[in-house]
Amino acid sequence: MLENYFPVLLFICVGLAVGVVPLVLGRLAAPHRPDSAKLSPYECGFEAFEDARMKFDVRYYLVAILFILFDLEIAFLFPWAIVLKEIGLFGFLSMMVFLGILVVGFIYEWMKGALEWE
Amino acid sequence: MMEAQVLQFLQWFWNLFGFWDSLWSLVGPAWPLVWTLLKIVAIVVPVMLGVAYLTYVERKVLGYMQDRVGPNRVGPYGLLQPIADGVKLFMKEIIIPTGSNKFLFIAAPILSIAPALAAWAVVPFADGMVLANVNAGLLYILAMTSLGVYGIIIAGWASNSKYAFLGAIRSAAQIVSYELAMGFALVCVLLAAQSMNLGDIVRGQHGNYGMLNWYFIPLFPMFVVYFIAGVAETNRSPFDLAEDESVIVAGFHTEYSGMSFALFFLAEYANMILIAALSSVLFLGGWLPPVDIAPFNQIPGLFWMLGKMSFILFLFLWLRATFPRYRYDQLMRLGWKVFIPLTLVWVVVVAAWMQTPYWLW
Repeated sequence: MLENYFPVLLFICVGLAVGVVPLVLGRLAAPHRPDSAKLSPYECGFEAFEDARMKFDVRYYLVAILFILFDLEIAFLFPWAIVLKEIGLFGFLSMMVFLGILVVGFIYEWMKGALEWE
Repeated sequence: MMEAQVLQFLQWFWNLFGFWDSLWSLVGPAWPLVWTLLKIVAIVVPVMLGVAYLTYVERKVLGYMQDRVGPNRVGPYGLLQPIADGVKLFMKEIIIPTGSNKFLFIAAPILSIAPALAAWAVVPFADGMVLANVNAGLLYILAMTSLGVYGIIIAGWASNSKYAFLGAIRSAAQIVSYELAMGFALVCVLLAAQSMNLGDIVRGQHGNYGMLNWYFIPLFPMFVVYFIAGVAETNRSPFDLAEDESVIVAGFHTEYSGMSFALFFLAEYANMILIAALSSVLFLGGWLPPVDIAPFNQIPGLFWMLGKMSFILFLFLWLRATFPRYRYDQLMRLGWKVFIPLTLVWVVVVAAWMQTPYWLW
């Protein structure tokens, strides 16, 4: 069972190698002549005024929080979905109750305007 | 069977130089590991070549759709263009801005490309032609494609550039939003297939009626949502707000150059091909022929799989040539107010449909 996952682990290592090797080769093969103008952040021709890590819209946080909620919901749906034929009507109804509660939450956030971007 | 043939060929080849015995005493004890590595290389190399030539096909298709010929100077019909582009990127300086977090700045492209490639471990190309035949295949795919967002957000943060930062938060919000719709669409496939093993999902679409047994028939809205969410996940036009060149220069990879940029580029295209492969496996019957009669089911399954992938990839390019870019509020509205309700309802519809005797798939 677990040895089925060994090729997967090996593949992840190969994936990392495919990332590291071109960077190393590129560093060796390409020219390397840094100067202060080249190394400054891109800012349409003038010096950067302030740190780029500025304040940003709170709605991005909201999206992140809502994402966690719904992604967890999907994580619950996955095991339910693959055994639905075995658990039958009872399993179906139980999940409908769960989904119903979440839909109430979804409607609430919609009405509150959490999904508005204008 | 295949393994024995490869071993035989290697033995014959290295015996020509008289190296076989010394080579085997070195490699022999670790042969299972070497064999797995060879299979991984046999997946990664075609994927990389596919990426290179997808860029060529993209430029050709866009060219012809705009009444131009596209690249035609480097090699016959411009066929060596991707090689020339690769060599050019390879010879360019890798710039690491002074204000950046150097470690994260270098780690970000690696974090992008590694999951984009690693997800291929569980994709079946034909019956039994899969590297890791694991039970939780679809869960693994979902995990790997979700990791891609780290590469983007770390790149935007580490660059310490306003354009990169804005591109990264836009892109992260977009990717997580569309991942939800994608997840619900996958739940519908799981309901139909009753398995997370990608090979079993394809076998579940095998039946007497050819393509009418494929899941895109009962799950048609989910197929459309999955494809559009895939376009948004890979930051492709018309959802390419993360690299909206007329507003935020190049988005999260503004500060990247040379090979560090090339890795993001490779990751984006590898993800496109992955989405195409998954759409074929989950909805279009993977390696199965569209009609199960004589001339069609004689053709190897790999051919059908690649044919379906090419079709989906052509749709990607067609979308790019046809539609103008979405505005950010339209993008979020489509994700949250159209796709999530639609997919939620369809999960309920499919689950209820399965409780009745009229579920035929």
